[in-house]
This record gives sequence, structure tokens and C-alpha cells, in this order.
Amino acid sequence: MEDIKLLETIEKYLTGEMSAQERELFETIRKNTPEIDQMVVEHSMFLQHMDIYANRRRFTKLTEKTFQHLFAAGEWTLDHTVPSKAKMIQLWNKYKKVAAIAASVGGFIALTTSAIIMYFSPSLNGNQLLQLSKAIEVIKKNQQVQGHLLNEVKSKVPENAKLISGGSGFLIDPKGFIITNAHVLKGNGAIVINNIGQELHASIIYADKDLDLALLKIVDEDFSAPAAIPFSIRKKMTDLGEEIFTLGYPRNDNDIVYGKGYLSAQTGYDGDSSTYQIQISANPGYSGAPLFNDKGEVIGIMSARQKLAEGVAFAIKSNKIIDLIASIKENDDKAEIKLKISKGGLSNTTNRKDQINIFKPYIFSVRSYN
Amino acid sequence: MPQLSINLLKADLNEQALLKGLANNDSKAVEALYKSHFNMIQHFVLNNNGSFDDARDVFQEAMITLYEKVQSSSFVLTCQIKTYLFSICKHLWLKRLQQMGKYSSPLSVQEESISVEEDLVAFEKKDAAFAIMDRALNSLGEPCKSLLEGYYINKKGMQELAQDFGYTNADNAKNQKYKCLMRLKKLFFTQYNIGD
Repeated sequence: MEDIKLLETIEKYLTGEMSAQERELFETIRKNTPEIDQMVVEHSMFLQHMDIYANRRRFTKLTEKTFQHLFAAGEWTLDHTVPSKAKMIQLWNKYKKVAAIAASVGGFIALTTSAIIMYFSPSLNGNQLLQLSKAIEVIKKNQQVQGHLLNEVKSKVPENAKLISGGSGFLIDPKGFIITNAHVLKGNGAIVINNIGQELHASIIYADKDLDLALLKIVDEDFSAPAAIPFSIRKKMTDLGEEIFTLGYPRNDNDIVYGKGYLSAQTGYDGDSSTYQIQISANPGYSGAPLFNDKGEVIGIMSARQKLAEGVAFAIKSNKIIDLIASIKENDDKAEIKLKISKGGLSNTTNRKDQINIFKPYIFSVRSYN
Repeated sequence: MPQLSINLLKADLNEQALLKGLANNDSKAVEALYKSHFNMIQHFVLNNNGSFDDARDVFQEAMITLYEKVQSSSFVLTCQIKTYLFSICKHLWLKRLQQMGKYSSPLSVQEESISVEEDLVAFEKKDAAFAIMDRALNSLGEPCKSLLEGYYINKKGMQELAQDFGYTNADNAKNQKYKCLMRLKKLFFTQYNIGD
């Protein structure tokens, strides 16, 4: 692994992809570490050879193409009846002397370049983390579908059902797989509601209490699966200070709510490495809501709000979602969940309002009943 | 020496333009060079124990030699392109004949030629390195061979390569590329250092 990192750094240096600062730093390392310097010299020579090789291959292709083209156009006629070979004859390779620069790489020093992580860990003894899920005692109401659907549609909430917990969740696979927090699903069954108030039955596929993640699948004939998920899940770590936003259902009236903030620490409560600490105005009910970065990549899933500090909240890192799906697939090879993982680069739009409009239909309110 | 006339000046400029085009991989320049000069080479090789295919091979080598020479900005051709190409071809063909043991009588030559010894020494060195790199690359197997070709020869970006090869993201592709690169370097340098 180290070797690869070093080689990557050297190549970056030689192809001029380093910033002025990086260059300076690297050149100091070169001066002080003869082994590294040796490697740089060797790789530089190798890249030159590669360059010549690549050029010659490309040029050879060009001459062959030109020749074929002219020959087919009757530019030259064969004097013999000897059939022309279609392929180029390999050049002979008897050589007397090959000048060689002996590159001996002796010891190997691992080059570690590490970023400086601002670590802020609040010492919070005796603080309780408020779960963001709604702990509603007894709700007995027939939910009228809001907005565009017909009034005759009955609520899908079973009669006499007791609402145990609720939160938010979002689609990660167009077939109807929704990810949410495990603590949002305290009951046996679940109903998910989209942003236009359509209710759909969902079954709990998997719940991991340690990760606090759970997977639901919509099992309802009223569900029309979309063609694709418009956002991708980021695998890499997110930077401090990254501006983030979330869309979720914290209120009782099932209206989707937008919140924004920034990443304030790369670890969560008490140094928890599976969560980020974010600064955001969070209400209960945001649990399970997706956390996006500016590019519209999912960087985390909202999970808990710390009781005392205003605006401090925590989100489970997005790579945990990737891990969860991987482990589900490991145990069940019939599981047909396919995640859209970020390949980097800009998303199609970074206009916030556009992003919200595009993402809204894929985010659900999740209610768990007994 | 012929008098400088407008025609000669024009021809000179033409040749300069052709050489520039050649240096830039311009297919039109390559085509023009083939059209203008291949026939002469064909006649030469055929008249000296060679076949049409031999002529094609030799001319291609000469084109590569010229191409690699014009890549350096300090190169100045002091004769006509025709003379240069012919000289290279004559030298290469003679060598081939000797290697095949076919050389017995002096070459039948109808063209002027100049000394191209130095140029060909440089060419042979490059040729040797090329063969080693080629062998090394071909013994890597897949996906290394195609991955490295994709990056270094076809100049594709990591994103594109990740998609082509079905890697989850550009970083995975990059990692794989470096693993392959390390193998290639090892193979290359083993061979390269042996030949001495």
C-alpha cells in the first residue's frame, strides 16, 4: 500500500500535478532522502520510455492506416503475385548494446503525508443524546392524503395501530429500498410517506442496531418505481467545513423540511468514528434523513441530536451505508440491491433549489407501528 | 549547388510544412510523404532482392526514424526529405540483407544518399527500449495490459477507465493502475538492465 502511495506521489510530482507548496515540500524530501531521489530519477526515466513507446505505437498505427488507405486506393501496384501481409512484420530485435542506467533501489522509506485534522471532541459526561425520532404515545388518526391524490384513498395505517416511532428515510435503489435509522423502526411494521403524501407499505428487511441503520423495502402495488436515483452515495470522507444540507420530515404535518449547515467534526460524539458532527438546526424527525454535500452526494444519514448544545447534531457516515449493503449481500446473495456510489466529479446541477426539487420525491417520512 | 530560385524556395517551405505536420501526427502530412516517396523506395528494395512487403516495412521504419527526429526542436534537415528517407532505407535494407545472409553484390542505387549513421544509432537504441517495453507490456496479462495502455497510450482519464473496466470509482481504478505499473516497471527494468 505504501509503495503505491509513494509511486502515486512521485508520478504526480513528475507530471506537474502538484501545487507549488506540495512541490516545495516534495523537493525538500528529495534532497534529504537519497532513496526517494533515486526513485524519482528512475521513474522519470521510465515515464520517458513510456512516452516514446506510446508515441511510436500511435505513430505506427497512423502509418499503417495511411498505407492501407493508399494501397486500397490503388496508389501502388504489386509487382509480384506475392500476397501482401495484412499485419506488420515485427522488427527484428537483435541488439548489441543497450545503454542502461542502473537504478538500485535500496531501502524503502514509507512516505506518509497526512492531512491535519482539526479534532474537536466535546467532553460531555452525563449528557443525553436526544433521539430524533418522534416518540409519540398514541395516535389514532386517519391520515388524509395531502395534495394531488383523490380523497377516496383510505389511509394505509392499520386500524387500531399504535404509532411507536417515526423519522425519515430515503431511496437508495429504485426497486424500493429505503435506508433509515434502526431506532426509527421500533415497531413491527412500517409505513412510508412521500413528499406528496402518498402512503406505502414497507417491510423491514434488515436492521443493524450497532450501526443504527435499517433497510426497508416498499411492498405496495401503488408504488411506481423510478428509473434511477438522482443522487449518489459518497464513499470517501467529507472535509471539515463542508457545507451540507438535509431534507426530512420533522413535523407532524408531513411537510418536507430543508435544513442546512456545515460539517463541524469528522468524528461524532465522544470520538465515534462512524459518525460526523454537524452544525444544523435539527428537529426530532430528521432521524434517517439524508445529508447531502454541495454537489448533491449523500455524505451521511442524520441520526441524533445532542441535547444541550444548540444546533449540534450527528450523522452516520455514508460509507457505513455502503458497508451495510455489502454485508447484507454477503449474507444473502439473492439480495438485489444496487447502490449508486459516487464516482466523483460534479453532479449535473449544484443549484440548491434545483437539487431540492429533484431529490424531494425520493425522501420519505417513515412511521413504525405495532 | 543549384541556384536559389523561387521554385526551390517554395519546395523548401513545403518540406518544412510537411515536417512540421509529421511532428504533430498530422495524417495528411504522413499521407503526402507516403505518396511522394514510397515508389522510389519500392523500386530500390525490389531491385535489391526484396519484396513489396519488405519495402513497406523498411519505409515504415524510415518514417518512424524521421518522425522521432522531428520531435526534437533542434533538428534541422539539411537535405531534401527524399534524400533523407532514401538514405535511411538504404542503410536499413542493407543491414537486413546482411542479417538474412543475402548480401553478396553491391546495392543497385539510383538515388543520392547521405550518411545517416548517427541517426540510426539513436534509432536503434530507441528500438531496443521499445521492444523491451512492448514485451513487458504484453506479458502483464489482463486487465493490467489494457488498463495501462488505456492510461498511457490512449491518454484516457481515470473516470473513463473506471467505467470501462467496471471499477466502482476512479480511485479504485487508480489503485489498480499503480499495482499494474509496479509490475510493468519491474519487468521492464529487469530486461533493460540485463542487456549490457
